[in-house]
Amino acid sequence: MRKLILPVLLIAIFALMPLIAELVGKNALMTLSARILMYAMAAASLNLILGYGGMVSFGHAAYFGVGAYVVGILYSHWMSEVPIFGLFPGSNQLLVTLPIAMIVSGLAALLIGALSLRTGGVQFIMITLAFAQMIFFLFVSLTAYGGEDGIIIRRANAVPGLNMRDKTTVYYVILVVAVLYFAWLWRVVNSSFGQVLKGIRQNERRMEAMGIATFRYKLYAFVLAGMGAGLAGALMANFLRFTSPDMMHWTKSGELIIMVILGGLGTFFGPILGAAAFLILEFYLADWTEHWQLGLGIILLLVVLFTKGGILGAVDRLKGGRQ
Amino acid sequence: MTEILRIEGLQKRFGGLVATDNVTLDVHTGEIHALIGPNGAGKSTLINQLCGELRQDAGVIHLAGRDISHMPAHERVDLGLGRTFQVTSLLEDFTVRENVGLAVQARDGGNFRVFDRVTARRSVWEETDHLLAGSLLNDRRDSRAADLSHGEKKQLELILALATQPRLLLLDEPMAGLGHVETQQMIETLSGLRGELSMLLVEHDMEAVFALADRISVLVYGQIIMTGTADEVRSDPRVREAYLGTEDA
Ligand SMILES: Nc1ncnc2c1ncn2[C@@H]1O[C@H](COP(=O)(O)OP(=O)(O)O)[C@@H](O)[C@H]1O
Ligand SMILES: [Mg+2]
Repeated sequence: MRKLILPVLLIAIFALMPLIAELVGKNALMTLSARILMYAMAAASLNLILGYGGMVSFGHAAYFGVGAYVVGILYSHWMSEVPIFGLFPGSNQLLVTLPIAMIVSGLAALLIGALSLRTGGVQFIMITLAFAQMIFFLFVSLTAYGGEDGIIIRRANAVPGLNMRDKTTVYYVILVVAVLYFAWLWRVVNSSFGQVLKGIRQNERRMEAMGIATFRYKLYAFVLAGMGAGLAGALMANFLRFTSPDMMHWTKSGELIIMVILGGLGTFFGPILGAAAFLILEFYLADWTEHWQLGLGIILLLVVLFTKGGILGAVDRLKGGRQ
Repeated sequence: MTEILRIEGLQKRFGGLVATDNVTLDVHTGEIHALIGPNGAGKSTLINQLCGELRQDAGVIHLAGRDISHMPAHERVDLGLGRTFQVTSLLEDFTVRENVGLAVQARDGGNFRVFDRVTARRSVWEETDHLLAGSLLNDRRDSRAADLSHGEKKQLELILALATQPRLLLLDEPMAGLGHVETQQMIETLSGLRGELSMLLVEHDMEAVFALADRISVLVYGQIIMTGTADEVRSDPRVREAYLGTEDA
């Protein structure tokens, strides 16, 4: 029962946010809340490989951006009624674009993972960063899809029976997808595969000695993580009604890593708290000073130095529990 | 098949150093075959080639008649090759029970399942509890591996290897760093396994070697200088010179 308190509380808070925003007359709060949901998903997908699997990927924003671009590209082809490569029609249907975004970003992760997961340590960090930069520059050079300026999506993808022109409706769609995603992730981290993944983080050599072909499991996790980030990016494209290479800039990958560490590496709710802390800090510090990143850097340093285990670790210690 | 393991002409170089020098060796089915030799003789290097962690430069390895020379490590485990590490190598954040559970699960399969609940895999946890019940770690099942004593970690190493149900167990100094009582317990545990599986036992503790081994091979500077019974090894002048003499002194 106690395990249910936090998820129920989180869902309640996010579900009430549009009402609260309206009550206090601050629409920006709903936008902030939506961003937290989507970044939480992206950070949680990174946490699957970084926190549970011990793979320090420094290119995770690439999959986020690819997911967003799938929505943008499908939308622009739907508008122009020109099939993609003369083969596939475009689409403005969320129930079509989200799965395709996941598949395409999953394939990108499969390719990059297959080429980089044989390495480890700093080399792995650098290779994932290099691949992400390649994808970034690929989209910058794609003038057919706006190049540096990206693609404007005039209307959020349609969902039968819903008025997706209404921001609040879009917000609740994002919330539902996020809840489904986290429910799925909960199953994954507590599954047989999740257990193998946790074992690989602790000691890859031992897992090989148990007869586990660790590469395949790491690749599988890498693909699942890429799909999750792609899903979050696809939602983001719908929410912003815009997609651009900035979404996959390496600094975005860095921000996702910060969110994961801030919240608590390898903890289930950590990425949600980390994304919330990061974006709320950004929201208020940016109001206060344009050097907000300095303030954020200092806070991050304090968290890393003094809490060990991020926000969730600190909470656990305050409760006197063991992490 | 009377030989579970046959090694022929195994060779491994690290730069100019020949760590394994034309090693030919066999382990009979059901046998406990000890491998002794001074520090740096190349014992761990040999074990690591057998289990597939290191690739040999030349030579062949047969497990139960099958050439496994170029097989990846994890596939050798499936064929019944188990090993323990000289420096304990555990899942430090997991409890003892979780360590053993994952070893059992790894062998049992279904490791790609993302929608099951690992805690609900009855057969896995029943086997895990059974393995632990018959071990010295039963009272420590819920302790984190990182919190175990050195001796307990060595025991867990052994249980993890056994959980993969090996036909041949490669033991890399299972008694290293153990006190007298713990060494006796390890000897008892290993001799209790006699007949169930074959072992290649790398060990410095000569009391343990003489108590357990059916045959002994002596490795010096990467070469096997002799293989024989305990008495033959004890009385061999080359062994006394290369190894026993310096140890006893
Ligand atoms: N990965 C390696 N690279 C270079 N030299 C190594 C490596 N592993 C072991 N050696 C060297 O090979 C020799 C044999 O080492 P090892 O097999 O650990 O000996 P033992 O287990 O018999 O004490 C030693 O001289 C050691 O320094
Ligand atoms: Mg050694």
